[in-house]
Amino acid sequence: MKAVITVTGKDTVGIIAKVSTICAEKGANILEITQSVLSEYFAMIMLADINDLKVPFSDFVDELAQIGKNAGLDIHAMHEDIFNTMHHI
Amino acid sequence: MLNTSDILETINMIREENLDIRTITMGISLLDCVSEDENRLCEKVYDKITKRAERLVSVGCDIEKEYGIPIVNKRVSVTPVSLIGGAISPDGYIKLAKTLERAAQTLGINFIGGFGALVHKGMTEAEKNLISVIPEALNETNLVCSSVNVATTKAGINMDAIALMGKTIKRAAYLTRDRGSIGCAKFVVFANVPEDNPFMAGAFHGVGEPDSVISVGVSGPGVVSSAIARAGDCDLSELADIIKKTAFKITRVGQLVAHEAARRLDTPFGIIDLSLAPTPAIGDSVAHILENMGLTVCGSHGTTAALAMLNDAVKKGGVMASSHVGGLSGAFIPVSEDAGMIAAVEQGALSIEKLEAMTAVCSVGLDMIAVPGDTPEDVICGIIADEISIGVANTKTTAVRIIPAWGKTVGDSVDFGGLLGRAPIMKLNSASCAKFIARGGRIPAPIHSLKN
Repeated sequence: MKAVITVTGKDTVGIIAKVSTICAEKGANILEITQSVLSEYFAMIMLADINDLKVPFSDFVDELAQIGKNAGLDIHAMHEDIFNTMHHI
Repeated sequence: MLNTSDILETINMIREENLDIRTITMGISLLDCVSEDENRLCEKVYDKITKRAERLVSVGCDIEKEYGIPIVNKRVSVTPVSLIGGAISPDGYIKLAKTLERAAQTLGINFIGGFGALVHKGMTEAEKNLISVIPEALNETNLVCSSVNVATTKAGINMDAIALMGKTIKRAAYLTRDRGSIGCAKFVVFANVPEDNPFMAGAFHGVGEPDSVISVGVSGPGVVSSAIARAGDCDLSELADIIKKTAFKITRVGQLVAHEAARRLDTPFGIIDLSLAPTPAIGDSVAHILENMGLTVCGSHGTTAALAMLNDAVKKGGVMASSHVGGLSGAFIPVSEDAGMIAAVEQGALSIEKLEAMTAVCSVGLDMIAVPGDTPEDVICGIIADEISIGVANTKTTAVRIIPAWGKTVGDSVDFGGLLGRAPIMKLNSASCAKFIARGGRIPAPIHSLKN
């Protein structure tokens, strides 16, 4: 099972570090990262394996959202199936 | 493999364009609750609903969180209660309505539907008893929705039932006069009612359904509207293609949610309802889709053609995305629940006559329309008869949800809040059709119903 984590917001130091720390703590294995900075606006998409997650996925979602809120970022973790079903036949 | 633009497209649909799942509705059969003792009947109904749908809300919330897609409503529909209340009194039906309300509150769901009857060919004593207390039931409950099917293409139109509907609507408006006549917003009169519709106020669990079933209603006018706006000046063939592709994507999400909900609740999957359901929120309007297609305002000439094309393209795109499609499946045009429709009525661009024409080519019918509180009963019956005839003659579902708002007149509006929105009072042709309605009887089924 994989999750897509998206992070958007104003670019600041240590965004990737913050998100990857949570992932490591909770047992989500980061498989892929793409990121871009467009005129101070930061957008990152992470694909993470969540098979060995130590907490329920919904708690993981909440925790990331909270970290985002504290840092003025928009962070969402969503099950990859929503993207697969919408874009692949 | 997922690519970045696909991911961003999905996220944009959800965050910016109001994509959501409008409802997960669990249909529950109450046929095994029948009892001639009304207290025992109510007890069995309460137990069955609260047991079957015990996890509906929590499973809905879990799915919402995991997939990151809002699921706006969790609802329950039940067997039309006239079918299980054959042995109870009118007071017993009120008790039953209160039982449904109590069950809905225990479950934490948004609405419960099925306090209704199917009387397209005639009425039993039980159905007459039920219909006689619909206004009281709507007044004494908040979450219970009621519907009556008064016609089918096969059976024709039961005009005696339509006469009763006029009375029912006027009385419900009076009883709930202190709340903008909200009782009428929870009551709908149908022709060719589908038995698996997940949308309120018309949802009920048909007799051909299994013991319980999960159906899902998708939404997404904002997504379609934005896709059309992005398309620029393309021709209508191209526009139809864009709508189809967008409807496909929306419906795929609905299918995913329905499949997951059915699996987790260990309940069979019923159908996906492909309706484009608007909400009063800005950017979630069917009227704005039509305007983005090129109309200056919804209600102008050209509206019916634009709506017909939209409705058809939504179905063509959605049908391949789901294993079973059913319910109402089409664009909804509820006036009070659609910011663009409200604006069009207030500008004087959208009349009830135009809305009636629009219902010939889209889903449902005259929906959430507020009219002056002093509208005579026979005029309401006439509006219902006209709308129902469109359904019967065109072998499609049509319905009327009309609110003669007590004490209000043209220029006023009633605000129900939430998904029900705000309804400007619409002008009516109030010439009487009382003699026609008073004839009663049945309008025979149209010739094309004889297909065998």
